[in-house]
Amino acid sequence: MASGKEIRGKIASIKNTQKITKAMELVAASKMRRAKQRMEAALPYSEKIKRVIGHLTLAHPEYKHSYMTVRPVKRVGVVVVTSDRGLCGGLNSNLLRRLALRSKEWQLQGVQVTFSVLGNKGVSFFKSFGGKVVATKSGLGDKPHISDLIGSVKVMLTAYEQGEIDELWIMSNKFINTMTQQPIMHKVLPVAKEDVATAHGHWDYLYEPEAKEVLDALLTRYVESLVYTATVENIACEMSARMVAMKGATDNAGKFIKELQLAYNKARQAAITAEISEITAGAAAVSG
Amino acid sequence: MSATMQLDIVSAEGLIFSGKVDRFFALAANGEVGILPHHTQLISILKPGEVRVVAGDETSCFYVSGGVLEIQPDVATILADTAIRAKDLDEAAAKEAMDRAKEAMDNAKSDLDVTRAQTALAEAVAQMAILGRFRDQLSKQGLMH
Repeated sequence: MASGKEIRGKIASIKNTQKITKAMELVAASKMRRAKQRMEAALPYSEKIKRVIGHLTLAHPEYKHSYMTVRPVKRVGVVVVTSDRGLCGGLNSNLLRRLALRSKEWQLQGVQVTFSVLGNKGVSFFKSFGGKVVATKSGLGDKPHISDLIGSVKVMLTAYEQGEIDELWIMSNKFINTMTQQPIMHKVLPVAKEDVATAHGHWDYLYEPEAKEVLDALLTRYVESLVYTATVENIACEMSARMVAMKGATDNAGKFIKELQLAYNKARQAAITAEISEITAGAAAVSG
Repeated sequence: MSATMQLDIVSAEGLIFSGKVDRFFALAANGEVGILPHHTQLISILKPGEVRVVAGDETSCFYVSGGVLEIQPDVATILADTAIRAKDLDEAAAKEAMDRAKEAMDNAKSDLDVTRAQTALAEAVAQMAILGRFRDQLSKQGLMH
């Protein structure tokens, strides 16, 4: 029979777990605030570069950059953004499940998929999932710097230029609110042409120095900016998902403690009752 | 009164300047350029250097470590770099990323980079399992409902 002491031990250990989860919840909450600030700080750049790219698709350049030409899709590249650490609910598994489904679809259509993986969780997923992984980067921390991402992006861009991939996609989590994060996938390359070009007439930029160099620099930055934005947003998602998961864990631990406390009280009471009945029985035997 | 144009200077990690200006100067690929409103469309790579902005009587200076300058007749955008760029540096970073991928995939052994948090989770899960069994045992004894 479970003794009172045994239950007390369990209560103490679960209280320790609860302390850990509570601390993690609080840490995640404050990190989430900072991650959201970083996410907002990255917004102006991505908006502006999108505006510039938007203008660019309206221009009628003599020089056609390969990032802006649509090719028949035989091979695609995906930049997968995941978190470095676990304990954030289903954040990574939801994303990776969506990704696995999508790459299966692609494979059924005879399209080959190449991956560039950011974050520990993605890296260890691909170890078991297989697939063609050409670049990885993990240990980005809470404050990723754009220079940390250049390498992984460059690998994909080179692959695109050399015709090893015909489309480039990003898969990451979208921050909807603290409770909700959604895995999304969007196409980065080729840059979509907007259909409003005619209204603005025929014009082209002056390029300094050469069109190719300028467009190379601009489009590389565009892709990097998209990957950076996705990474920063994913961190905000990670933190809020962890906060929610840890809150759940803390609440569950609380429930457990309550139940165990009840069991402990009952066990103690049962022991006391048994003891008293033994004493009365003993006393009755002596006096009788 | 002369016309003004909108100028936005942004870097990937934040907004640097945004407002109406009379003219500004920047160090483009082929030397310093001065831009007035209604300039023709231009895109240029920026060299590391100063961006001087004149708005009314005020002149302000910003340093950018390279980037891209885009000009439309009434709006100009400077996309400043935060990272130091050079072709060979980029190549090196790319190679590093590829090597990492190869390494990670080659020794597809169990994860060695298990963080402390994951250990804590495994412990918690084990505890929960034990507690579950414990609870069953208790309810069999009629101590718990």
